Amino acid sequence: MASVSIKVNGKDVSGEVEDRTLLVEFIRENLRLTGTHVGCDTSQCGACVVHMDGKAIKSCSILAAQANGSEITTIEGLANGSELHPMQTAFKENHGLQCGFCTPGMIMAATDMVRRYKESGRELDETAIREELEGNICRCTGYHNIVKSIQDAASKM
Amino acid sequence: MYETVYHRATSTDDAVAKMAEAEDAKFVSGGMTLIPTMKQRLAAPSDLIDLRHIDAMKGIAIDGKKVTIGAATTHAEVASSSELADLCPAICNLAGHIGDPHVRHMGTIGGSIANNDPAADYPAAMIGLGAEIMTTKRTLPAEDFFVGMFETALEDDEIITAVSFTAPDKAAYSKFPNPASRYAMAGVFVAMNGGDARVAVTGAGSDGVFRHTGMEDALSSNWSADAVSDAEVDEGDMLSDLHGDARYRANLVKVMAKRAVAAAG
Amino acid sequence: MSEGIGARVLRKEDKRFITGSGKYTDDVRETNQCYAAFVRSPHAHAKIKGINKSPAEGMPGVEAVLDGKQLTGDGIGNIICGWMIHSKDGSPMKMGAWSALATETARYVGDAVAVVIADSLARARAAAEAVEVDYEILDAVITTEQALADGAPQLHPEAPGNLIYDWEIGDKEPTEKAIADAAYVCEMEITNNRVAPNPMEPRSAVATYSPSEDHYTLYTTSQNPHVARLVLSAFYQVAPEHKLRVIAPDVGGGFGAKIYIYPEEIVCLWASMKTRCSVKWTADRSEAFLTDAHGRDHVSKARMGFDKDNRIVGFQVDTIANLGAYMSLFSSSVPTYLYATLLSGQYDIANIHCNVRTAYTNTTPVDAYRGAGRPEACYLIERMMETAARDLGIDPAELRRKNFIREFPHQTPVIMAYDSGDFEANLEAAMKAADYAGFEKRRSESASQGKLRGIGMSCYIEACGIAPSAAVGSLGAGVGLWESAEVRVNPVGTIEILTGSHSHGQGHETTFPQLVSDRFGLPSDNVQIVHGDTDKVQFGMGTYGSRSGAVGMSAIVKALDKVEAKAKKIAAHMLEASEGDIVIEDGEVKVAGTDKKLGWHEVCLGAYTAHNLPEGMEPGLKEGAFYDPSNFTFPAGCYICEVEVDPETGTTRIVQFVASDDFGTIINPMIVEGQVHGGIAQGVGQALLEQAVYDESGQLLTGSYMDYAMPRADDLPSYMVSHETTICPGNPLGIKGCGEAGAIGSPPAVINAITNAIGNNALSMPATSAKVWQAINAANVKEAAE
Repeated sequence: MASVSIKVNGKDVSGEVEDRTLLVEFIRENLRLTGTHVGCDTSQCGACVVHMDGKAIKSCSILAAQANGSEITTIEGLANGSELHPMQTAFKENHGLQCGFCTPGMIMAATDMVRRYKESGRELDETAIREELEGNICRCTGYHNIVKSIQDAASKM
Repeated sequence: MYETVYHRATSTDDAVAKMAEAEDAKFVSGGMTLIPTMKQRLAAPSDLIDLRHIDAMKGIAIDGKKVTIGAATTHAEVASSSELADLCPAICNLAGHIGDPHVRHMGTIGGSIANNDPAADYPAAMIGLGAEIMTTKRTLPAEDFFVGMFETALEDDEIITAVSFTAPDKAAYSKFPNPASRYAMAGVFVAMNGGDARVAVTGAGSDGVFRHTGMEDALSSNWSADAVSDAEVDEGDMLSDLHGDARYRANLVKVMAKRAVAAAG
Repeated sequence: MSEGIGARVLRKEDKRFITGSGKYTDDVRETNQCYAAFVRSPHAHAKIKGINKSPAEGMPGVEAVLDGKQLTGDGIGNIICGWMIHSKDGSPMKMGAWSALATETARYVGDAVAVVIADSLARARAAAEAVEVDYEILDAVITTEQALADGAPQLHPEAPGNLIYDWEIGDKEPTEKAIADAAYVCEMEITNNRVAPNPMEPRSAVATYSPSEDHYTLYTTSQNPHVARLVLSAFYQVAPEHKLRVIAPDVGGGFGAKIYIYPEEIVCLWASMKTRCSVKWTADRSEAFLTDAHGRDHVSKARMGFDKDNRIVGFQVDTIANLGAYMSLFSSSVPTYLYATLLSGQYDIANIHCNVRTAYTNTTPVDAYRGAGRPEACYLIERMMETAARDLGIDPAELRRKNFIREFPHQTPVIMAYDSGDFEANLEAAMKAADYAGFEKRRSESASQGKLRGIGMSCYIEACGIAPSAAVGSLGAGVGLWESAEVRVNPVGTIEILTGSHSHGQGHETTFPQLVSDRFGLPSDNVQIVHGDTDKVQFGMGTYGSRSGAVGMSAIVKALDKVEAKAKKIAAHMLEASEGDIVIEDGEVKVAGTDKKLGWHEVCLGAYTAHNLPEGMEPGLKEGAFYDPSNFTFPAGCYICEVEVDPETGTTRIVQFVASDDFGTIINPMIVEGQVHGGIAQGVGQALLEQAVYDESGQLLTGSYMDYAMPRADDLPSYMVSHETTICPGNPLGIKGCGEAGAIGSPPAVINAITNAIGNNALSMPATSAKVWQAINAANVKEAAE
């Protein structure tokens, strides 16, 4: 068994889990934060994306033990209290989601994307957004409104 | 996933010691291949020894034209290093197109070359750049390091600590991604260094990454996309699968080589 | 801002999805939660000679290891196909037995043969691996050609020669004669590729049996929980309906794959009774690829005859469809009534004949996938129209114009009676938006960059809303295809709408309240949608076939009519006015032409206090309705795709995609556009990337996203979407439906664009880079030879 202590969404949490427990299992099953989803088993769909120490990662492809000592932000921790993150607002206002299953991963990937581009001073145009979404699959929206949502939020972040 | 025991190493010595104690351990760095493989129950190491927190294995050091990249340096760090981009933009560009942004935040150069996936990008760069692979035991030229598909010269208790190469006069990498996995169906790294051209091919060959000497000879005397067009790519050496047969892959190798040469300038 | 019909109201359901508070089936955790792991056949066709469960039974955490003999021994019934098709000789379709856990024979890779229930998923999986199944491997058939060949291995004793039915529609002889007399005949063999539906949420079930109440609860990823309950109860004998509650909570996409009741749901329910545990199963993606019903998989040989004026005189089609190892719930209807009845397309064709044979193969069952039959028809017709135009040397738009149906209603020779449409308007709008006239200039610009540019169009029509119950009943459907609704007005004037439709991405929580806003002028926030729970909603047929608007909303309208009538009676009584003078608007109930009025909430309260109701009126304000449509609806439109092909690699880039659709009345344009975007993406995926591929032994080679190419953001363009509307005369709102159009209309537009670019009509889906490169080279070789 592995002892895992992680700061999740600003709160210190700890637990004893089997060493083989994936971070996403720890988040969903131990912490019961079920906003982070699992949509594939080959680390491609991106439904499980969370931030670890400020960077987007796939929580299905890392053990909880590997994340020990880190800070994790999940979709549940993105808003500031009742004030939604601009990316959340943009997804709503631009109809960037339908069934909602890929959405948490999309939003976490998108906020990371905008952060990286802002930090490096690069322009996040439509082509760049589409390339950057390589690790996130959506079956409902055809991506049109996801791209629009990210463009909209990028201008507000 | 089968049961396993996780250990976090604090140094390479610590990692090697932990390996010696364990029954059938594996080193894990970013884990972007190993963990999914374990999830599929296709790998079952008794222990996992995590190298990701060994500070000595991280970072990019530049000394004149000599570049040393710590094995635990992530793809994202290589891709976004402006110092490295000034010296050898080809490797930054290559690293910036491995997997996806999330994978690049975890995956490391050491992990990628230790795995030697026949469709991975870094092996082509290592061979194209004539890099040296430094381990806890020795320093090996890249060509001696990569043995075959998923096979390297690494011994079970040997850890890659860094890679090092001299920045070439010019270089570029051009990749044609598999439409599903986005791994290379053909990725060609070209480099020119003091009149010596190198061409390394990943993704297409039936025995993993390889050098294309025909193209190298042609490019050494005439660095141009046209020079590549006349080279022969043997279909018999190519992979064939549902995404493309050997003939198509042979064509891709040529086209990617041309494009890489053009991009290198 | 208006929140009525036609308003772009932002979605109410988004709040929970963007904050991670959606509740999907896998998010449910019951007390005493156990997990199911299935033992699946690794062989495409094998006799099950024995199952040794004992190595698994003793493993830690294992509650039970169960097999098919126990399942059938407990009286659990076989899985059924709910649509009877009769062959042209009058014989009923040959349905092979399908047990939720295979007993004698496994018939495809992934066929479940046993299940392990354990206290953790990891332990269940470990134990499932320990179950020893003794298989005798049998020869397998993968393609319909193999299946229908003489001497082919047999899948089911009930279906000699693996033939399920041999069915026809239309008049053969006049069609053959018309084609024989034609001035020009376009002849093509066209394959519609097999795809995996891939909703991003994998299928999942959580089943709980309560011994004290002798009652089952099933959370499941269903597009139609009531149908699931009916089938689980009436056919599979799991429990009578009143002892079974089915809940489909938030469901992460369906696209047809979540219509059916699969073995796993049945087994979880049964196992929960056997073990007294709550049993959860969630597919991983690999299981989804193996077990979610696949879509399409047709091969058709077709001949389309034209007279000297380029009018179509006859269309003859011979189709073979692959239904996989077993007949899934609606599988039989897809290549027949959902396909061949649309073979007239948008064109006035006097003579059509289509013969359809379906076959069993040792592959995953095939059933409806977004569009279901209609994409197959559209792809066939529209590729042939484009090819014919090229052969005849006329503009493809002109050939279509010449043959358009222009008067409505129009009776086709293949059952359908089109009620409305303006095909020319959609064509014109799409051509204008696509700057069709400026294409040649763009083509030469691309050529100067070394790229091949092409343009292709598709004029689709489909039949939605399925459909009048009596009509589908006469065609073999085992159920009626109406919808139900209940409008519950609370004493404070807020409203709950209970609907049998189910939202799994379509935004019903937003669009359905727009009907109330439109009718009573109430804020849509005052309206709540209740759906997806058999304990709350009395009955419903669910969501598929683009039917929630045309059928589901029509039921709500009917119930609202009754609520309005009663509210007016009450208000007239309270205001001492004539009922005919009462109007309800802006949330107020007024006497027309006076300043006498009541707040909506006052009337509602009046209905519940019952202090002052008209003589003999029952208290309360709650009305229900069942709506049975009078016809199918016929969405139609024109899509124009423009591509640029890289001749060196064969890679296709879609540089422009224009859609002009006629969906009838649009309730929320934002949501309708989103449906079109998503449908196009799936159609483009089928056209360029997606294919479920089996090897000769029946192993699925594309069993994960490593090999099955899902469309991603950089594979797709932004789309230009617009509407040309004719109102559907068949339902009270004038809605035609929009859910499937994108997936129906887009594949032929994409392929027509590529074949236009590369100058070679011989190209099949998916047009992968490798395939396009080969087609370019083949065209070059041909050109050089000529």
